[in-house]
Amino acid sequence: MNHRPKSHPEIYPLVLTTKTQEIFNCRIDEDITDEQPYKLINKEDIFEDLRNRAAVSDFHPVKKIVQEYPGNELLLVYDKDFKYGLNFYLIGTEEGKENYLNPPEVSEEQEEYKEYIPEDVYIYKPPVSKPWVSLGSEKEIEEASVTESTKQITYMISRKRSEFGAPIKFSDQNASSVKDAYIECTAYPDKNFTLKQLEKDVGMQVIPQIKDISTQTKWTYPKNATTQYYPREFSEEEKETLKQSKPLVDFLNNASISVEIALQQNEITNTFIDDWKHLAEEEGTFGDKTDTHLKEYQSFTDLHSPTEKMITCVSWHPTIYGLIAVSVAVRLSFEDRVHFSGKLLLQPSLILFWSFSDPIHPQLMLESPDDIFCFKFCPSDPNIIAGGCINGQIVMWDITTHADRIENVKAGGSRSKKATLKPMFLLEPESNKEAMYIRHCAVSSIENGHKKVITDIHWLSDTFEINRMGSVFENRSGICCQLVTCSHNMFWDIRPQKPLTPQTTEKKKEENIEIPFDVPSTFLHLDLSWKPLTKVRLSKGETSLDHCPTKISLKEDHLLCKTQDKVLAQSKTAKAEEMNPYHNLESGMPNLLKPIDDFCTKFFVGTEEGEVIYTDWKMEKDPETGRLMPKKPVSLHTIHDGIVHTIQRSPFYDDIILTVGGWNVAIWKESVMTGPLLQSCCAPKRYTSGHWSLTRPGVFYIGREDGYIDIWDLLEKTHEPAQSQNICITMITCIKPWIFSSKQQFIAIADYYGTLHILEIPWTLSRPSTNEMTSINHYFEREVKHLEYVEQRKKIREQEKKEMEQEMAKKKVKIYQKSKEQMEAELKMDYESYLELEKTVLINLGLIKVTEKGSYSDVM
Amino acid sequence: MNEWTNTDREPDPLPSSLPGPTAPGLGEPQAEVEETLKRIQSHKGVIGTMVVNAEGIPIRTTLDNSTTVQYAGLLHHLTMKAKSTVRDIDPQNDLTFLRIRSKKHEIMVAPDKEYLLIVIQNPCE
Repeated sequence: MNHRPKSHPEIYPLVLTTKTQEIFNCRIDEDITDEQPYKLINKEDIFEDLRNRAAVSDFHPVKKIVQEYPGNELLLVYDKDFKYGLNFYLIGTEEGKENYLNPPEVSEEQEEYKEYIPEDVYIYKPPVSKPWVSLGSEKEIEEASVTESTKQITYMISRKRSEFGAPIKFSDQNASSVKDAYIECTAYPDKNFTLKQLEKDVGMQVIPQIKDISTQTKWTYPKNATTQYYPREFSEEEKETLKQSKPLVDFLNNASISVEIALQQNEITNTFIDDWKHLAEEEGTFGDKTDTHLKEYQSFTDLHSPTEKMITCVSWHPTIYGLIAVSVAVRLSFEDRVHFSGKLLLQPSLILFWSFSDPIHPQLMLESPDDIFCFKFCPSDPNIIAGGCINGQIVMWDITTHADRIENVKAGGSRSKKATLKPMFLLEPESNKEAMYIRHCAVSSIENGHKKVITDIHWLSDTFEINRMGSVFENRSGICCQLVTCSHNMFWDIRPQKPLTPQTTEKKKEENIEIPFDVPSTFLHLDLSWKPLTKVRLSKGETSLDHCPTKISLKEDHLLCKTQDKVLAQSKTAKAEEMNPYHNLESGMPNLLKPIDDFCTKFFVGTEEGEVIYTDWKMEKDPETGRLMPKKPVSLHTIHDGIVHTIQRSPFYDDIILTVGGWNVAIWKESVMTGPLLQSCCAPKRYTSGHWSLTRPGVFYIGREDGYIDIWDLLEKTHEPAQSQNICITMITCIKPWIFSSKQQFIAIADYYGTLHILEIPWTLSRPSTNEMTSINHYFEREVKHLEYVEQRKKIREQEKKEMEQEMAKKKVKIYQKSKEQMEAELKMDYESYLELEKTVLINLGLIKVTEKGSYSDVM
Repeated sequence: MNEWTNTDREPDPLPSSLPGPTAPGLGEPQAEVEETLKRIQSHKGVIGTMVVNAEGIPIRTTLDNSTTVQYAGLLHHLTMKAKSTVRDIDPQNDLTFLRIRSKKHEIMVAPDKEYLLIVIQNPCE
């Protein structure tokens, strides 16, 4: 409120209310007009107002000024224009009052002064310093000026002076060795960006190889097309013309030179042969190659028999695997047999069928009237078995009805009894473990048969048959129907003879006899009336004694060793009614067929005395007596020291025969009759059986009387066995090897105590080495040549011997006639000849001249 | 035989060098061809011999037709290939003889500009 202007500090603006105006008679427009806008107010009046109204008085703010006012009257001016902010103002000083009352004179004075400028002298007044009055410009300058906001940092870097300008040495430092020398930002697999493909769908298809070839073609769509072509050829005329052209001739002349060189190179030597490879044997063996011993596989013994038996003959079943038949005989000498004959009658003589699956119980037992010494399966029908008895009878069995029983037998592997005996089990529960006794169905006639034990029996091959004369005919029936037995060499025919009246009576007799129901009637026609077809007697020449043959070997024998295939084929070619041909045997018709002329009817026979005879069974007419006589033997050799118990042809060669007897072994070749190719020296123990190996041409097995088996290998040693192995403690009576598969071969060895041993032939003995056959061939050829050479040498030696003897005789004659004078004369002659010799030598040496000198002899 | 009796003039040259069919001894080159081939065929182990022209068409053969055609076609290609191989390696070189040894036989090919002589031998050892 006290807005005192700075230029006039004595002016104090005031607000006077209406009341105050009335009091002091300064009401606006009444007392104070424009002509007189002031009023002089007594000081005491203001003091009185102040005392009356105290704070309310309008003069309160200027109280002090009023008190200090020196004069009595104060000037109060109406501020119509509100110049100083309020409606009145008070002048506080006398001077001010005076100035106010007398102001217009000053202004008039100033106007008067302006008219009088040029005449007046300008008076220079030096500027008087006043205090600076800020008008706000310093703020602008402050804003526009630049100042440093932060304080500047100072660094001081110092270095040794000597180092300034010195050459710099840099060195390497491994960043990782110094800590914090580098900062690394290694890459890491960010899982956000890795995608693992867990499954992939891919389609695959096998297609044949395709080749796409395209060519320019007008076809719009693919079409199959074929092309057929034939090679270009020259016609005959063209060829002829070309042949005569000179270029061809020249070319051939030139080319043939090099071609012939090349051809000759090949003829000289084969440069591509790998000698090492050809030296080695075939690799890839099955089993241990070093194993050369026969391994025991199984052994069979008949535990039920009361007496001690020995095995006389062994035969593998030709078709069924794992089945082996054994003929047992009582182990007694002839005297004991006679002594115990009563007892022996009660015991049946048997052929036992053993199977690999059942070592204790035989599968089948074939009964026979007496002990069997040899038997054979019929090659065309394995259910027919022919055996030779000790009493000279031939026994026939037919086991066709029981064939299924033994066919179910399985060898090796599962030895369960169930599998083998199932059919019997169902039929007869009690006797499932008992073997069947099968009675024989035919025996030969006693009167007409052999008188001695039959030592060998063979089925004749089914390709030929023999008539009473011994001529050979073609066998039309396709089955084996003839037998040959060896005790006197008889040929038997199993077909019924032509019906003759005596036979009918015999038939009646048979009707009366009750035939046991389970015996097949196959050979009923033969039973007890079987006569041999022919007999072949081996006479010893001048004497009326006969040889006693023990074993024979026919030409076709080795074919009978082969297994099933042939048998099956033959059974198929038999009659179409599918009946067993043996049940429908018709009598043979040899008379209608022509005999085969060039068939070889010769065979080998071994005798009890150890001779090997090669003879003919064909009968010839004796010119003297007119009877039919057997031919004389072609050759006879006494080689063995004991009974010949094995004559066997080699399965590989038609004409190589092995004979074993006494203490040695001999190998023969059929066409060479001067002697055996090989004859072994006497062995320490007697040889009791022998057999060729079925797969190796140079190997054969010999059984000894002390239970050892000698394995001979002709490629290895020919003077002694290659190997010897102990099988049992007693004499070996029979050896039969058999092939089951390409990898398995067994050998059955029967001994004197009735045990049948089955052994496995090791790889080395069963597998032929490469070129073994050719080597053995060479060996035999060499031996043949050796024999021939020996023969020739014999002759030469004889010749020489004769000459020598003659000379010796002559010499002897000469010596006796010499006398003393003659001796002296002879000495003289010698001396003279010596002198001559000396002369000629000296002349030749040039020491004596050739002159006509008198020699010493002249002097003398 | 006439040439030899007359000693006044030089005897005619031997028939082996006579060219072509103009000479009176027409059969001689042919006979010679036969003779050469027979000689080759009589070597030990030779199974077959054949003469083939430059295109692979057989001219003379001792084997049957189908075998000959097969051998001719295949060996012709092979000889061409072998020849080009040799010449690629060294252009001044050339194939003179080709021998193929297999397990059972050896095939020998004597090439020429126009003809091919093929011999098959069994080096029996």
